[in-house]
Amino acid sequence: MSKNIMIVGVGGQGTLLASKILGRAAMDSGLDVKVSEVHGMSQRGGSVVTYVRFGDEVYSPVIGRGDADVILSFELLEAARWLPNLKNGGVLVTSTQQINPMPVITGAAEYPEGLLDDIKALGVDIRAFDAPAIAAEAGNARAANVALIGLAADALGFDTEILRNAVAACVPEKALEINMKAFDLAAARAAEAKRN
Amino acid sequence: MKKLLLGNESVARGLWEAGVRFVSSYPGTPSTEITEFAATYPEMYSEWAPNEKVAFEAALGAAVGGGRSFCGMKHVGLNVAADPLFVSGYTGIGGGMVIGVADDPGMHSSQNEQDSRHYAIAAKLPMVEPSNAAECKEYTKAAYELSERFDTPVILRLTTRVSHSRSPVELSERVEREVAPYVKDPGKHVMMPANAKKRHVVVEEHLAALAEYAEVTPLNTVEENGAEIGVITAGNCWNYAKETYGKSASYLKLGLLNPLPKKLILDFAAKHSTLVVIEELDPVIENHCRALGLTVTGKDVLPLCGEYSEELLRERLLGIEPDCCEVGAPIPARPPVLCPGCPHRGVFYTLQKLKLRVSGDIGCYTLGAVPPLSAIDSVYCMGASISSLHGACKVRGEEDKYVAVIGDSTFMHSGLTGLVNVVYNGGNTTTLILDNSITGMTGHQDNPLTGKTLMGNPAPNLSLEAICAALGVPADHIRAVDPNDLAELEKVVKEEVAAPCPSVVICRRPCALLKSVKKNPPIQVDAEKCVGCRSCMKIGCPCISVTGKKAKIDESMCVGCGLCSQMCRFGAL
Repeated sequence: MSKNIMIVGVGGQGTLLASKILGRAAMDSGLDVKVSEVHGMSQRGGSVVTYVRFGDEVYSPVIGRGDADVILSFELLEAARWLPNLKNGGVLVTSTQQINPMPVITGAAEYPEGLLDDIKALGVDIRAFDAPAIAAEAGNARAANVALIGLAADALGFDTEILRNAVAACVPEKALEINMKAFDLAAARAAEAKRN
Repeated sequence: MKKLLLGNESVARGLWEAGVRFVSSYPGTPSTEITEFAATYPEMYSEWAPNEKVAFEAALGAAVGGGRSFCGMKHVGLNVAADPLFVSGYTGIGGGMVIGVADDPGMHSSQNEQDSRHYAIAAKLPMVEPSNAAECKEYTKAAYELSERFDTPVILRLTTRVSHSRSPVELSERVEREVAPYVKDPGKHVMMPANAKKRHVVVEEHLAALAEYAEVTPLNTVEENGAEIGVITAGNCWNYAKETYGKSASYLKLGLLNPLPKKLILDFAAKHSTLVVIEELDPVIENHCRALGLTVTGKDVLPLCGEYSEELLRERLLGIEPDCCEVGAPIPARPPVLCPGCPHRGVFYTLQKLKLRVSGDIGCYTLGAVPPLSAIDSVYCMGASISSLHGACKVRGEEDKYVAVIGDSTFMHSGLTGLVNVVYNGGNTTTLILDNSITGMTGHQDNPLTGKTLMGNPAPNLSLEAICAALGVPADHIRAVDPNDLAELEKVVKEEVAAPCPSVVICRRPCALLKSVKKNPPIQVDAEKCVGCRSCMKIGCPCISVTGKKAKIDESMCVGCGLCSQMCRFGAL
């Protein structure tokens, strides 16, 4: 059995760091792991997706429709775009941040309203948080990627200490304190939301 | 020790462990990181060459000079390097030589979807293909053994998902190799007809020996799981096949892609009632099987276009549809865009405003083609902006107003010869060189114009002005402008398009993503002055939107480049 996690967002949001952290946590858990990244053109503000798979034996580096146990989304529209990849019974952890794509900016398309409710209405286990706000509370909105990992911590299935250490090992030294704070704060928020 | 490495990082590690001394490459997604990681090992001299042909020739020279060498490129780079590629099998090597070529099925960041395996066949060179990061390192090392054993360069074929996937890799130490003594041997290295005729015979002998080796090499492996389905596959497709069939099929996984084995395949075929060939892009293995008289399932059910996946194989081979849900609302696409503060934005706004026809080139600035800028008429391949425009102008004369647009690194790669052609053959085209002081699209690599080498050493800072003047462009028609000064840019472009001679406009401003570029405070909207005219929207900046008839700036993204302020007639920005 393998665990399939997708990290989706907009190029430039820091999805690569998030995938690096999860890959590291899987390695440190003694599991086989594959992390598939996006480089090149779509990093320029396009829709980006990174796949992280771990388990006893993992072959495919990508995750198809209906195969993701967890989708970690940095942006609401991207959560909706990649929803078909979520497994029946999977968990969607998304930031409520909205970034207009160019067709919306130019007026050629509309950013759909009520996406959160639409997704909930499908019976999806969706957990939505304002990740940049939590990161800002910790000291810098740019730590939203690490905050999202904190928010998804219980769904990811890692030992919390292993995940925490993976964060510490992957973020840049000078941003370590803010990132750890963002991770802890986010994990606490997620636990709080679960209780309610 | 096991480490989680990117496929490309693992290739670099393999180069280091194999005792490679010389690396020369040109960046290209998805191959770039091999050379970037190679440069982190001080024992290997690593460099960016101006293009893949130069990189290949440098690596060939290094190999013939007795040291193990490497050059890396993307699939289309191999087209540029094809000339030396085809002769390198004839001359052979001294120290081992490996060419790392990364194909891009699905075209994540490429202008075509070519299958490099055809090159190995056509150039009569052995080719190996790994399927994960661990194999990236092992196959790289195996490629050097093959190279020296059969006196030939070896192609290491990668694909995007192998190059850009991380998986665990067991690390080893470097085995140092002395540079072999140089022996003058013109019969082997001077490829004039008399010598080349003899060398072709040798190439065929090597290939015959390689074909025998293909039957026994440990690079080709068989996993037996019963007599029903036999899957023949290679590279990343093996991963998808394993996920799809698990233990319900047997696998012949080919690590040596050229030459392909015959007996091994026939023996495998004889043991299984159904044969399935799974390979992305062209039916290379499939055609080989058919030529052996086998009946196989392959491209009759699997596509020629795009990348494969476990989902695709399940659907096409097992008839299993994915179980998934989706929201009812249409989801707008999110195409890539020029970054906030990108110095190319003002250029494409101006070209579109002047209604010029634009011959584009390969790089970030290809994004000038997408709405709302929609400024580019054509993009073919590296350097084609200048050369193809020359032809268009010769046929259409003065009736149309055109410009060529090319980046600094692309100009050094293959724009120079196009400009020479314009000057030599009396063209009068205008070329805009977008000098953003870096190779942008592939993630910030230095080039001959940046004043720095791959290994971080200072380099002579070549001057674009001096180069263009030396190529024969009249000095008073080589103009440098700041592309964020829209009024000046428009004036200069108009003047040079009207000039009856070849001209060059150098649009000089560093890439906004460079760490050395200072960010300005975000632009503020004066809501009282803003009339909601949407003029600021014409530059296609992802930071600006208009809501409730007022412009709104996303302050988290805005770098304060000020382009939108120049668009506003009401002083609201």
